[in-house]
Amino acid sequence: MGAQLRVYKRRIRSVTATKKITKAMEMIAASRVVKAQRKVAASTPYATELTRAVTAVGTGSNTKHPLTTESENPTRAAVLLLTSDRGLAGAFNSNAIKAAEQLTERLRAEGKEVDTYIVGRRGASHYNFRERKIAEQWTGFTDEPSYGDAKKVAAPLIEAIEKETADGGVDELHIVYTEFVSMMTQTAVDSRLLPLRLEEVAEETSAKGEILPLFDFEPSAEDVLDALLPRYVESRIYNALLQSAASKHAATRRAMKSATDNAGELINTLSRLANAARQAEITQEISEIVGGSAALADANAGSDR
Amino acid sequence: MAAELHVELVAADRSVWSGEATLVVARTTSGDIGVMPGHQPLLGVLESGPVTIRTTDGGTVVAAVHGGFISFADNKLSLLAEIAELSDEIDVQRAERALERAKSDADASAERRADVRLRAAAAR
Repeated sequence: MGAQLRVYKRRIRSVTATKKITKAMEMIAASRVVKAQRKVAASTPYATELTRAVTAVGTGSNTKHPLTTESENPTRAAVLLLTSDRGLAGAFNSNAIKAAEQLTERLRAEGKEVDTYIVGRRGASHYNFRERKIAEQWTGFTDEPSYGDAKKVAAPLIEAIEKETADGGVDELHIVYTEFVSMMTQTAVDSRLLPLRLEEVAEETSAKGEILPLFDFEPSAEDVLDALLPRYVESRIYNALLQSAASKHAATRRAMKSATDNAGELINTLSRLANAARQAEITQEISEIVGGSAALADANAGSDR
Repeated sequence: MAAELHVELVAADRSVWSGEATLVVARTTSGDIGVMPGHQPLLGVLESGPVTIRTTDGGTVVAAVHGGFISFADNKLSLLAEIAELSDEIDVQRAERALERAKSDADASAERRADVRLRAAAAR
Protein backbone atom coordinates (compact mmCIF):
# COMPACT_ATOMS: atom_id res chain seq x y z
CA MET A 1 0.00 0.00 0.00
CA GLY A 2 1.26 3.43 -0.89
CA ALA A 3 2.15 5.99 1.76
CA GLN A 4 -0.56 8.38 0.60
CA LEU A 5 -3.28 5.77 0.83
CA ARG A 6 -2.15 4.70 4.30
CA VAL A 7 -2.37 8.27 5.59
CA TYR A 8 -5.94 8.62 4.29
CA LYS A 9 -6.99 5.30 5.79
CA ARG A 10 -5.61 6.34 9.18
CA ARG A 11 -7.45 9.65 9.14
CA ILE A 12 -10.72 7.95 8.18
CA ARG A 13 -10.33 5.59 11.12
CA SER A 14 -9.74 8.45 13.55
CA VAL A 15 -12.66 10.53 12.26
CA THR A 16 -14.94 7.48 12.47
CA ALA A 17 -14.00 7.05 16.13
CA THR A 18 -14.75 10.72 16.82
CA LYS A 19 -18.05 10.44 15.01
CA LYS A 20 -19.08 7.54 17.22
CA ILE A 21 -18.37 9.60 20.32
CA THR A 22 -20.25 12.70 19.14
CA LYS A 23 -23.18 10.54 18.05
CA ALA A 24 -23.36 9.00 21.52
CA MET A 25 -23.17 12.44 23.16
CA GLU A 26 -25.93 13.70 20.89
CA MET A 27 -28.22 10.87 21.93
CA ILE A 28 -27.44 11.27 25.62
CA ALA A 29 -28.17 15.01 25.40
CA ALA A 30 -31.43 14.35 23.54
CA SER A 31 -32.69 12.07 26.28
CA ARG A 32 -31.62 14.57 28.94
CA VAL A 33 -33.51 17.42 27.25
CA VAL A 34 -36.72 15.42 27.55
CA LYS A 35 -36.01 14.72 31.22
CA ALA A 36 -35.20 18.37 31.92
CA GLN A 37 -38.35 19.52 30.12
CA ARG A 38 -40.39 17.15 32.26
CA LYS A 39 -38.87 18.71 35.37
CA VAL A 40 -39.74 22.19 34.14
CA ALA A 41 -43.32 21.03 33.62
CA ALA A 42 -43.44 19.39 37.07
CA SER A 43 -42.37 22.61 38.76
CA THR A 44 -44.96 24.73 36.95
CA PRO A 45 -47.99 24.13 39.27
CA TYR A 46 -46.04 25.35 42.30
CA ALA A 47 -44.76 28.40 40.42
CA THR A 48 -48.19 29.41 39.11
CA GLU A 49 -49.89 28.96 42.48
CA LEU A 50 -47.15 30.97 44.15
CA THR A 51 -47.41 33.74 41.56
CA ARG A 52 -51.16 33.84 42.12
CA ALA A 53 -50.65 34.13 45.86
CA VAL A 54 -48.07 36.92 45.47
CA THR A 55 -50.43 38.81 43.20
CA ALA A 56 -53.26 38.31 45.64
CA VAL A 57 -51.31 39.86 48.49
CA GLY A 58 -49.81 42.54 46.29
CA THR A 59 -53.11 43.71 44.87
CA GLY A 60 -55.36 42.81 47.81
CA SER A 61 -53.55 44.83 50.42
CA ASN A 62 -51.59 48.03 50.67
CA THR A 63 -48.73 46.35 52.40
CA LYS A 64 -45.32 47.82 51.81
CA HIS A 65 -42.45 45.40 51.88
CA PRO A 66 -38.74 45.99 51.24
CA LEU A 67 -38.84 43.37 48.50
CA THR A 68 -41.60 45.12 46.55
CA THR A 69 -40.72 48.78 47.01
CA GLU A 70 -38.23 50.39 44.71
CA SER A 71 -35.38 52.22 46.32
CA GLU A 72 -35.38 55.91 45.38
CA ASN A 73 -31.85 55.95 44.13
CA PRO A 74 -30.57 52.41 43.77
CA THR A 75 -26.77 52.25 44.03
CA ARG A 76 -26.01 48.54 44.10
CA ALA A 77 -27.36 45.67 42.11
CA ALA A 78 -26.76 41.94 42.21
CA VAL A 79 -26.59 39.94 38.99
CA LEU A 80 -27.05 36.19 39.09
CA LEU A 81 -25.61 34.49 36.01
CA LEU A 82 -26.55 30.91 35.20
CA THR A 83 -24.06 28.97 33.06
CA SER A 84 -23.20 25.29 32.85
CA ASP A 85 -20.39 23.25 34.40
CA ARG A 86 -19.40 21.62 31.15
CA GLY A 87 -18.83 22.95 27.67
CA LEU A 88 -19.38 21.25 24.30
CA ALA A 89 -22.63 23.13 24.00
CA GLY A 90 -21.93 25.50 21.13
CA ALA A 91 -22.48 29.15 22.02
CA PHE A 92 -24.63 28.36 25.08
CA ASN A 93 -22.26 29.69 27.73
CA SER A 94 -20.79 32.55 25.74
CA ASN A 95 -24.29 33.83 24.95
CA ALA A 96 -25.27 33.83 28.62
CA ILE A 97 -22.02 35.52 29.60
CA LYS A 98 -22.44 38.11 26.87
CA ALA A 99 -25.97 38.89 28.07
CA ALA A 100 -24.67 39.27 31.63
CA GLU A 101 -21.94 41.61 30.47
CA GLN A 102 -24.38 43.77 28.56
CA LEU A 103 -26.63 43.94 31.62
CA THR A 104 -23.69 44.83 33.86
CA GLU A 105 -22.68 47.56 31.44
CA ARG A 106 -26.22 48.95 31.43
CA LEU A 107 -26.46 48.92 35.21
CA ARG A 108 -23.06 50.62 35.52
CA ALA A 109 -24.22 53.29 33.08
CA GLU A 110 -27.17 53.89 35.41
CA GLY A 111 -24.67 54.51 38.19
CA LYS A 112 -25.04 51.24 40.06
CA GLU A 113 -22.34 49.06 41.48
CA VAL A 114 -22.71 45.47 40.36
CA ASP A 115 -22.10 42.31 42.42
CA THR A 116 -21.89 39.19 40.31
CA TYR A 117 -23.10 35.81 41.53
CA ILE A 118 -22.37 32.88 39.25
CA VAL A 119 -23.73 29.36 38.89
CA GLY A 120 -21.68 26.96 36.78
CA ARG A 121 -17.97 26.40 36.29
CA ARG A 122 -17.87 27.92 32.79
CA GLY A 123 -19.07 31.34 33.90
CA ALA A 124 -16.86 31.30 36.99
CA SER A 125 -13.73 30.44 35.01
CA HIS A 126 -14.55 33.15 32.46
CA TYR A 127 -14.67 35.74 35.25
CA ASN A 128 -11.69 34.33 37.13
CA PHE A 129 -9.55 34.38 33.99
CA ARG A 130 -10.29 38.09 33.56
CA GLU A 131 -9.69 38.61 37.28
CA ARG A 132 -13.13 40.06 37.85
CA LYS A 133 -14.65 39.86 41.29
CA ILE A 134 -17.29 37.20 41.92
CA ALA A 135 -19.43 37.70 45.00
CA GLU A 136 -20.29 34.02 45.24
CA GLN A 137 -20.25 30.99 42.97
CA TRP A 138 -21.84 27.56 42.94
CA THR A 139 -20.93 24.56 40.82
CA GLY A 140 -21.78 20.90 40.50
CA PHE A 141 -25.53 20.80 39.97
CA THR A 142 -26.19 22.57 36.67
CA ASP A 143 -27.08 19.39 34.78
CA GLU A 144 -29.83 18.37 37.16
CA PRO A 145 -30.68 21.12 39.63
CA SER A 146 -32.88 20.26 42.62
CA TYR A 147 -35.04 22.60 44.65
CA GLY A 148 -32.48 22.40 47.44
CA ASP A 149 -29.87 23.81 45.06
CA ALA A 150 -32.16 26.71 44.20
CA LYS A 151 -32.59 27.42 47.92
CA LYS A 152 -28.83 27.37 48.38
CA VAL A 153 -28.39 29.91 45.58
CA ALA A 154 -31.29 32.09 46.72
CA ALA A 155 -30.27 32.34 50.40
CA PRO A 156 -27.31 34.77 50.11
CA LEU A 157 -29.16 36.80 47.47
CA ILE A 158 -32.20 37.30 49.69
CA GLU A 159 -29.90 38.10 52.57
CA ALA A 160 -28.09 40.70 50.46
CA ILE A 161 -31.30 42.39 49.37
CA GLU A 162 -32.64 42.54 52.91
CA LYS A 163 -29.49 44.23 54.19
CA GLU A 164 -29.15 47.99 54.09
CA THR A 165 -27.23 49.20 51.07
CA ALA A 166 -24.73 50.95 53.30
CA ASP A 167 -23.85 47.63 54.99
CA GLY A 168 -23.07 45.93 51.71
CA GLY A 169 -26.61 45.04 50.75
CA VAL A 170 -28.07 45.46 47.29
CA ASP A 171 -31.12 47.31 45.99
CA GLU A 172 -31.88 45.20 42.98
CA LEU A 173 -31.59 41.60 41.94
CA HIS A 174 -31.25 40.62 38.30
CA ILE A 175 -30.99 37.16 36.86
CA VAL A 176 -29.45 36.12 33.53
CA TYR A 177 -30.36 32.69 32.24
CA THR A 178 -31.03 30.85 29.01
CA GLU A 179 -34.69 30.54 28.28
CA PHE A 180 -35.81 27.28 26.72
CA VAL A 181 -38.08 28.35 23.87
CA SER A 182 -38.03 25.14 21.87
CA MET A 183 -35.68 22.33 20.93
CA MET A 184 -34.14 24.57 18.29
CA THR A 185 -34.28 27.96 20.00
CA GLN A 186 -32.79 28.96 23.31
CA THR A 187 -32.24 32.61 24.09
CA ALA A 188 -30.20 34.22 26.83
CA VAL A 189 -32.46 36.63 28.71
CA ASP A 190 -32.10 38.91 31.69
CA SER A 191 -34.89 39.87 34.02
CA ARG A 192 -35.27 41.77 37.25
CA LEU A 193 -36.42 39.59 40.10
CA LEU A 194 -36.47 42.20 42.83
CA PRO A 195 -37.87 44.64 43.66
CA LEU A 196 -40.93 42.93 42.37
CA ARG A 197 -43.02 44.70 39.78
CA LEU A 198 -46.41 43.63 41.03
CA GLU A 199 -48.16 44.99 37.97
CA GLU A 200 -46.13 42.67 35.77
CA VAL A 201 -46.85 39.68 37.94
CA ALA A 202 -50.51 40.66 37.97
CA GLU A 203 -50.54 40.85 34.18
CA GLU A 204 -49.14 37.33 33.95
CA THR A 205 -51.99 35.88 35.96
CA SER A 206 -54.83 38.11 34.85
CA ALA A 207 -54.05 37.18 31.26
CA LYS A 208 -56.20 34.17 31.97
CA GLY A 209 -59.05 36.54 32.75
CA GLU A 210 -59.57 35.80 36.40
CA ILE A 211 -60.44 38.38 39.01
CA LEU A 212 -58.74 37.82 42.31
CA PRO A 213 -61.06 37.74 45.31
CA LEU A 214 -60.46 39.65 48.51
CA PHE A 215 -58.40 37.36 50.67
CA ASP A 216 -58.45 36.91 54.40
CA PHE A 217 -54.83 36.80 55.50
CA GLU A 218 -53.67 34.45 58.19
CA PRO A 219 -51.97 35.69 60.40
CA SER A 220 -51.61 39.07 58.61
CA ALA A 221 -50.87 40.43 55.16
CA GLU A 222 -47.37 41.53 56.23
CA ASP A 223 -46.49 38.13 57.64
CA VAL A 224 -47.83 36.33 54.61
CA LEU A 225 -45.83 38.57 52.30
CA ASP A 226 -42.74 38.11 54.48
CA ALA A 227 -42.99 34.37 54.10
CA LEU A 228 -44.15 34.44 50.50
CA LEU A 229 -41.54 36.59 48.78
CA PRO A 230 -38.42 34.55 49.59
CA ARG A 231 -40.28 31.44 48.40
CA TYR A 232 -41.23 33.31 45.25
CA VAL A 233 -37.61 34.23 44.57
CA GLU A 234 -36.52 30.63 45.22
CA SER A 235 -39.14 29.29 42.88
CA ARG A 236 -38.13 31.76 40.16
CA ILE A 237 -34.49 30.81 40.55
CA TYR A 238 -35.44 27.12 40.51
CA ASN A 239 -37.37 27.63 37.29
CA ALA A 240 -34.45 29.53 35.74
CA LEU A 241 -32.04 26.75 36.76
CA LEU A 242 -34.27 24.12 35.19
CA GLN A 243 -34.71 26.09 31.97
CA SER A 244 -31.01 26.73 31.79
CA ALA A 245 -30.33 23.00 32.22
CA ALA A 246 -32.83 22.11 29.51
CA SER A 247 -31.32 24.73 27.20
CA LYS A 248 -27.81 23.46 27.86
CA HIS A 249 -28.79 19.92 26.92
CA ALA A 250 -30.56 21.15 23.80
CA ALA A 251 -27.50 23.20 22.82
CA THR A 252 -25.24 20.19 23.40
CA ARG A 253 -27.50 18.04 21.29
CA ARG A 254 -27.37 20.54 18.45
CA ALA A 255 -23.62 21.05 18.68
CA MET A 256 -23.02 17.31 18.73
CA LYS A 257 -25.40 16.78 15.83
CA SER A 258 -23.48 19.19 13.65
CA ALA A 259 -20.20 17.62 14.81
CA THR A 260 -21.54 14.21 13.77
CA ASP A 261 -22.70 15.60 10.42
CA ASN A 262 -19.32 17.23 9.82
CA ALA A 263 -17.52 14.02 10.68
CA GLY A 264 -19.71 12.16 8.20
CA GLU A 265 -18.87 14.67 5.48
CA LEU A 266 -15.18 14.49 6.31
CA ILE A 267 -15.29 10.70 6.06
CA ASN A 268 -16.93 10.99 2.62
CA THR A 269 -14.30 13.41 1.34
CA LEU A 270 -11.47 11.35 2.76
CA SER A 271 -12.77 8.11 1.26
CA ARG A 272 -13.02 9.77 -2.17
CA LEU A 273 -9.44 10.96 -1.81
CA ALA A 274 -8.39 7.51 -0.66
CA ASN A 275 -10.15 5.93 -3.65
CA ALA A 276 -8.44 8.37 -6.01
CA ALA A 277 -5.09 7.59 -4.39
CA ARG A 278 -5.68 3.85 -4.74
CA GLN A 279 -6.70 4.28 -8.37
CA ALA A 280 -3.65 6.40 -9.08
CA GLU A 281 -1.48 3.71 -7.53
CA ILE A 282 -3.03 1.01 -9.73
CA THR A 283 -2.68 3.16 -12.84
CA GLN A 284 0.92 3.77 -12.01
CA GLU A 285 1.55 0.07 -11.48
CA ILE A 286 -0.06 -0.78 -14.85
CA SER A 287 1.93 1.83 -16.69
CA GLU A 288 5.07 0.58 -14.99
CA ILE A 289 4.33 -2.99 -16.10
CA VAL A 290 3.45 -1.92 -19.63
CA GLY A 291 6.46 0.32 -19.84
CA GLY A 292 8.69 -2.42 -18.47
CA SER A 293 7.46 -5.07 -20.88
CA ALA A 294 7.75 -2.65 -23.81
CA ALA A 295 11.31 -1.92 -22.83
CA LEU A 296 12.03 -5.65 -22.56
CA ALA A 297 10.45 -6.28 -25.97
CA ASP A 298 12.56 -3.49 -27.48
CA ALA A 299 15.72 -4.92 -25.92
CA ASN A 300 14.89 -8.46 -27.16
CA ALA A 301 14.14 -7.19 -30.68
CA GLY A 302 17.58 -5.56 -30.69
CA SER A 303 19.46 -8.73 -29.58
CA ASP A 304 17.64 -10.97 -32.10
CA ARG A 305 19.11 -9.27 -35.04
CA MET B 1 -74.64 16.47 45.78
CA ALA B 2 -72.75 17.35 48.89
CA ALA B 3 -70.71 20.50 48.74
CA GLU B 4 -67.10 19.85 47.85
CA LEU B 5 -63.94 21.72 47.21
CA HIS B 6 -61.09 21.02 44.87
CA VAL B 7 -57.72 20.48 46.52
CA GLU B 8 -54.30 20.77 44.93
CA LEU B 9 -51.38 19.74 47.09
CA VAL B 10 -48.20 20.76 45.30
CA ALA B 11 -44.58 20.53 46.31
CA ALA B 12 -41.85 22.62 44.69
CA ASP B 13 -40.90 19.96 42.18
CA ARG B 14 -44.08 17.95 41.67
CA SER B 15 -47.81 17.81 42.19
CA VAL B 16 -48.42 15.54 45.18
CA TRP B 17 -52.17 15.05 45.34
CA SER B 18 -55.25 16.58 43.80
CA GLY B 19 -58.92 15.77 44.08
CA GLU B 20 -62.25 16.67 45.64
CA ALA B 21 -62.66 16.98 49.38
CA THR B 22 -65.21 18.01 51.98
CA LEU B 23 -62.83 19.17 54.69
CA VAL B 24 -59.18 20.12 54.90
CA VAL B 25 -57.39 20.66 58.18
CA ALA B 26 -53.97 22.29 58.17
CA ARG B 27 -51.75 23.98 60.71
CA THR B 28 -51.03 27.65 60.14
CA THR B 29 -48.70 29.80 62.20
CA SER B 30 -51.67 30.95 64.27
CA GLY B 31 -53.17 27.53 64.90
CA ASP B 32 -55.00 24.72 63.18
CA ILE B 33 -57.49 25.77 60.55
CA GLY B 34 -60.26 23.78 58.97
CA VAL B 35 -61.51 24.70 55.52
CA MET B 36 -64.88 23.53 54.23
CA PRO B 37 -66.57 24.33 50.93
CA GLY B 38 -67.67 27.93 50.67
CA HIS B 39 -65.04 29.24 53.05
CA GLN B 40 -64.06 32.87 52.80
CA PRO B 41 -61.05 33.47 50.49
CA LEU B 42 -58.02 32.77 52.61
CA LEU B 43 -54.26 33.00 52.35
CA GLY B 44 -52.17 31.72 55.21
CA VAL B 45 -48.69 30.61 56.16
CA LEU B 46 -48.36 26.93 57.08
CA GLU B 47 -46.29 25.51 59.89
CA SER B 48 -44.70 22.16 59.31
CA GLY B 49 -47.27 19.66 60.39
CA PRO B 50 -49.66 17.05 59.11
CA VAL B 51 -52.43 18.09 56.71
CA THR B 52 -55.62 16.06 56.80
CA ILE B 53 -57.86 15.96 53.74
CA ARG B 54 -61.27 14.28 54.02
CA THR B 55 -62.17 13.23 50.50
CA THR B 56 -65.71 13.15 49.12
CA ASP B 57 -65.79 9.35 49.05
CA GLY B 58 -65.26 9.23 52.80
CA GLY B 59 -61.56 8.47 52.74
CA THR B 60 -58.84 10.41 54.47
CA VAL B 61 -55.58 11.58 52.99
CA VAL B 62 -52.83 12.62 55.37
CA ALA B 63 -49.70 14.38 54.23
CA ALA B 64 -46.65 15.72 56.01
CA VAL B 65 -46.03 19.30 54.93
CA HIS B 66 -42.91 21.24 55.78
CA GLY B 67 -43.56 24.95 55.58
CA GLY B 68 -45.56 26.58 52.83
CA PHE B 69 -48.86 28.26 52.17
CA ILE B 70 -52.54 27.58 52.08
CA SER B 71 -54.70 29.55 49.72
CA PHE B 72 -58.41 29.18 49.17
CA ALA B 73 -60.64 30.95 46.65
CA ASP B 74 -63.60 29.97 44.44
CA ASN B 75 -63.89 26.58 46.17
CA LYS B 76 -60.34 25.79 45.09
CA LEU B 77 -57.81 25.10 47.77
CA SER B 78 -54.09 25.10 47.07
CA LEU B 79 -51.57 23.81 49.53
CA LEU B 80 -48.10 24.92 48.50
CA ALA B 81 -45.17 23.35 50.23
CA GLU B 82 -41.48 23.13 49.56
CA ILE B 83 -41.61 19.52 50.69
CA ALA B 84 -44.79 17.50 50.96
CA GLU B 85 -45.21 13.77 51.34
CA LEU B 86 -48.31 11.63 51.52
CA SER B 87 -48.45 9.46 54.62
CA ASP B 88 -48.06 6.23 52.64
CA GLU B 89 -44.94 7.58 50.94
CA ILE B 90 -43.22 8.09 54.26
CA ASP B 91 -40.59 5.57 55.24
CA VAL B 92 -41.36 5.14 58.95
CA GLN B 93 -38.09 3.44 59.82
CA ARG B 94 -36.10 6.12 58.11
CA ALA B 95 -38.06 8.85 59.88
CA GLU B 96 -37.47 7.12 63.23
CA ARG B 97 -33.76 6.92 62.53
CA ALA B 98 -33.78 10.59 61.54
CA LEU B 99 -35.58 11.44 64.78
CA GLU B 100 -32.98 9.58 66.85
CA ARG B 101 -30.18 11.28 65.01
CA ALA B 102 -31.77 14.71 65.32
CA LYS B 103 -32.26 14.18 69.06
CA SER B 104 -28.65 13.21 69.60
CA ASP B 105 -27.44 16.13 67.46
CA ALA B 106 -29.87 18.51 69.17
CA ASP B 107 -31.03 19.67 65.73
CA ALA B 108 -34.43 21.14 66.52
CA SER B 109 -35.67 21.65 62.95
CA ALA B 110 -34.64 18.16 61.81
CA GLU B 111 -36.29 16.73 64.91
CA ARG B 112 -39.53 18.53 64.12
CA ARG B 113 -39.45 17.38 60.50
CA ALA B 114 -38.98 13.76 61.55
CA ASP B 115 -41.68 14.14 64.18
CA VAL B 116 -44.17 15.53 61.66
CA ARG B 117 -43.44 12.65 59.32
CA LEU B 118 -44.00 10.09 62.04
CA ARG B 119 -47.25 11.69 63.16
CA ALA B 120 -48.53 11.81 59.59
CA ALA B 121 -47.56 8.18 59.09
CA ALA B 122 -49.28 7.17 62.33
CA ALA B 123 -52.51 8.87 61.23
CA ARG B 124 -52.97 6.86 58.06
